[in-house]
Parts: sequence; structure tokens; C-alpha cells
Amino acid sequence: MTRRFWVFIEQEDGKAHPVAWELLGVARRLAGEVKDELTKSGDTAVVEGILVGQDVEALAQEAIRYGADRVYLVDAPPFKHYLNKPYTSALTTLVKKYSPEVFLVGASTLGRDLAGSVATSLRTGLTADCTQLDMGVARDSVKKLLLATRPAFGGNVIATIICKNHQPQMATVRPRVFNAPQPDPNAKGEVLREEIEITPEMVNAQIVEFITNADSSVKLEYADVIVSGGRGLGGPKGFELIKELADELGGVVGSSRGCVDAGWIKYDHQIGQTGKTVRPKLYIAAGISGAIQHKVGMQDSDFILAINRDPHAPIFDIATLGIVGDLYEVIPALIKQVRAMKETRK
Amino acid sequence: MFHALVGIKQVPDTTSIRIDPETNNLIREGVPTILNPYDAHAVAAAVEWKRKLGGKVTIITMGPPAAVSALRECVEMGADRGILVSDRRFSGADTLATSYVLAEAIRHIHSLEPIQMIFFGKQAIDGDTAQVGPGVAVRLDLPLVTYAVNIREVNMQDGFALVERRTESRNEVVKAGFPLLLTCEKDIAQIPYASLPDLVKSLRYEPEMWTADTPVTYDAAQIGLKGSPTMVFKTGTPEKHSGGEVIKSAEVGVETAVKMALDKILSIESLASVLGAQK
Repeated sequence: MTRRFWVFIEQEDGKAHPVAWELLGVARRLAGEVKDELTKSGDTAVVEGILVGQDVEALAQEAIRYGADRVYLVDAPPFKHYLNKPYTSALTTLVKKYSPEVFLVGASTLGRDLAGSVATSLRTGLTADCTQLDMGVARDSVKKLLLATRPAFGGNVIATIICKNHQPQMATVRPRVFNAPQPDPNAKGEVLREEIEITPEMVNAQIVEFITNADSSVKLEYADVIVSGGRGLGGPKGFELIKELADELGGVVGSSRGCVDAGWIKYDHQIGQTGKTVRPKLYIAAGISGAIQHKVGMQDSDFILAINRDPHAPIFDIATLGIVGDLYEVIPALIKQVRAMKETRK
Repeated sequence: MFHALVGIKQVPDTTSIRIDPETNNLIREGVPTILNPYDAHAVAAAVEWKRKLGGKVTIITMGPPAAVSALRECVEMGADRGILVSDRRFSGADTLATSYVLAEAIRHIHSLEPIQMIFFGKQAIDGDTAQVGPGVAVRLDLPLVTYAVNIREVNMQDGFALVERRTESRNEVVKAGFPLLLTCEKDIAQIPYASLPDLVKSLRYEPEMWTADTPVTYDAAQIGLKGSPTMVFKTGTPEKHSGGEVIKSAEVGVETAVKMALDKILSIESLASVLGAQK
């Protein structure tokens, strides 16, 4: 028997979402975690990518370099742009044909839309926004199961979810929760083309217009430097100062949920359990108290500099370095010193 | 007549949940329950279009008897009818079992009073799964528009809606025929101030109570724990971190504090190169 670990290779306009590569790395590790069971049973474990789109074959090769043993490619005009029903139909058909054991999907806007639909149409279990994935025996299971761990109740609780009696065991994972593996230029794999029939009645919605959203350029998940503001800014004008520092450091602006709820800044900037997960090289948290819901979205940053007036703010518990002080004094001083540093290096 | 249906959830206010530092248990006492914030905006959008087109807004929720208060809140915002699907046999439902219960209830409502648009919030703040709306759409085979930010047009004559949704890279305007299902971002509509008649009505409003037997007879194998493929294996509390060095600017002065911080950041090679400060 072949134990299949599947990853949905998300793409838009022929460009892969990096979360697909991150998940290929996870799937490879999970396949390795059942190795002891394979020697006993004579089964094999494979990592396979599912790629749907139009003119996207180049991405299949890329998926192989990131660790897929095989890629199932659905490449046809009805799949040019993501539409829920045709994509759901394609994935559901493939799952029924190949019976994967585990199916991982990125928890992007597209991935969440798709995974929920696919799981429902297969009547299987789906665990959203996992922060940890392992294979292990649970509740006397005959085989190792996918142990899908995720925060719940705003990050106050960590729950491990299993799906014992249904397959595939599905999970979504947000971008940047895991690191992408190093691509192997010499990796070998197989690309299998699959034909999925899409009848006109299956196209129950159509995109009539695309609108470029200036704010969507906020690519927080993959930024190296993020400067985030919280309620301590005191008002929406505070983000002008945050932006000035971010620009000076070549970074982007983030926010806590409080500021978004208060209408000071758009949701696209929100970091945390209900926003984005980030892991930049440098994260500056200014006027952010550090509620658990914020921390779960940024605690894996390489270096966290926290600036807060309250020495007891929980943000200092996870900060690499903290400055207790008024952000309206500290940040202007920081901007000034960074500028001076750049001048001397010229 | 325009008939909108909104699926809502009463949730604990996750911002006020605390962990007992001694026992590491979730402190549930005194945590207020609220109408899920995204759902409130979905209700606002449905009411807004009802007022434009004339018609009716029906609210449905699955939950414990206490969820009546969330339904009253929707009536206060201008909804006309509230249905609470509540039965002990539903407890322990995961998103798959929940979508079954809601989908069958909606199918029943639709058979008596046809629905044009179904609204859900994009996700509930307690579970954050965003799975129930898509699940209901699949079960009823409806067009699904997730992350809706703006309803541009509801065309009763030709039976379609134009809805703008937000994706990661852009916005899309989607055209879909009735009935369609939206999951809504907060941008979809502003929460309205309650009118006095709606406020008065909501205070005494008693929603309809539906059970696992009536008016919809549910398949026992698909509800509650039994109908839920996922189960909680174990729970824990997030690992505690211990923070690093803290500089007090009041003691060393702001300029010195900043200089110390900057020196430390730049002493890390990968950071120095990101900031363009490598020598």
C-alpha cells in the first residue's frame, strides 16, 4: 500500500504561493515519521503535490525540487482563475481516486475557501490554522494519525486534534508557520496529468472584474523587518510615526488587533491569531501590550524589540530586547540614530 | 420579496478570556458571551439590503438555550425572525456536523420561503476555522463568495448578486445567481444604531426553538460528537517564554537606551545586512 501525504500547490497567475513549499517540507517530515511502520507493513510513503490551474506545468517541476515525489497536474482553461466549485470538484475527484492519508492546504484566503469545501464534500475532518503537525499513535489507533495542533480561544489554549476514522486527515497551515525546505535542483519526480470534467452548470459563479488593491501590497508574512503599533499609539496618527520608522528600516507596518478594531488601520496589517502569522528577522512592537492573541502571530520572529511604557507588559516576556519608555520619545530617537548610521556608512 | 438568511454564532469574548496562572486552566467564569463580531456585520448587511429592497431577514443559530440573547441582538439590529436550533444531541459538534445541522435547517426554511442570499461572518472568533460557511454552501450546492467586503448589486429581476471579495493580492467582483452564500468581512456593512421599535421588539422577542426532531428530523449519525470526524486528543497551554534584557529609558536616558538597542541589533550579522549596515 502507498501512504500518500498530499500538499495542495496553491498558485495564482502561474505564481506559486510560498506556503506550498513550506507544506511540502512538512509533508516530507510527516512521511518520515511513519518510517517505522513502513518496515513492518511493507508499505511505502510518498509526498505528492496537487496542482490546479492553466499553463502551470513549470510549477510542477518546482514542486518536485521542493520535495514532491509526484505531482498530479490539472491544467485546463476552466482553472485559469480560482473558483470554488470547479477547484473543489477537481480536488474531491482526485482524493476519491487516490485516497491520500493526509492532505495539507495553506491557510491563505484561497486555501481556507477551498479546504473547507473539499473536506465537507468528502465528509472528512479538517483542522484549521495548525501550528504544529506530527504523526503519532493516539487513542489506540492502529496506525499513526496526524496530530494537528492549533491555538484555540484566542490563543489561550493549545489543542491537538485528531481525525481517527476518516480520510484524508486534512489540515490547513498559515503561511510562515513553517520554514520552506531548501530546493534541490537535481530532485527527480513524476508529473501525472489528470483530466477533470467541468460542465457549464459547475461554473456557478464568475469573476467579472479584478480590482488592484493598493493595500494588498502589504506582504507582512514574508517581510524581513516589521514595525508594529498597538493601542499605546493613542490614535490613528501614531501610525505615521510607525510608517516613518518602517520606511527607514526598509520594513512594513504591522498592527495589533486593538488598532484594527478601533479603525486606526486596515485589517491587512493585523498580526496575530485572527490576523497574519509573521516571522521576520526584526520585529519592533511599539505600544503593544502583548496579548496572547498577538503573541501567537509573531513570537517566532528572530529578534523582537519591544517598546512600552508599562514595565509589566506581557510583550516583554517574549522580547529579545525591551525598552521601557514612551514610544513617542524612543521611536523618533531610533529614526534619528538609524539615519545617522546610514549617513556615516555612505 | 427579498429574503436574506444569516447564520450566526454566540461566542465567548476571547479578548477577556484569562488563564489561571496557578492551575493553567481556562477561566470561564465571568467571561461574557457576545454575538460573533463578523456575524454582526453580516446581519447589518442583510438588514441594509432588506431596507433597500423590501423583504425579510431570518437569523439562524445552533447553540445552547443561552444563545437566545444573540438572536435578540440581531432583532435589535433589524432582523425579523430568529431560529435557535438547540438540542443536547448536537453538543460536541465539529464544523462538519455543524454545517449539516445548519444546511438542513436552511433547506427547510427555503422550501417554505425561498431565500436569495445567505450570509455568514467570515469566521467565529472562538474557533477561527472559517469552515462552516463553505461547508453549508457545499451541502446545499450554492455559489460561495468568501471574504465579501462589498455588495455592489442585488438584482431581484434577473436573480443574481454582484459581490466584491478580498483575496490576498487583489479584490474580485463575483457574479453569482440566487441563492448564493457569502462569508463576510467587517467592511461589508456598518453596525446600525437600533431603531426604537426594533429595540422594543428585541427585548421581548422569543425566537423559535427547533430541535433534532422537529421541524427537521436529523440523522443521528451526522450530528453531535458522533457526526464529527475530528476530536480533541489533548489540550494544553501555550509554552511560556522568558524575556530578554530590558532597558529602562528613564534610568539611562532615551538616546542611550536607543543606542544600546541599535548596537545589539546591529551586532547580529543577519540583521545588520538586512538593515543595509554591513561594513
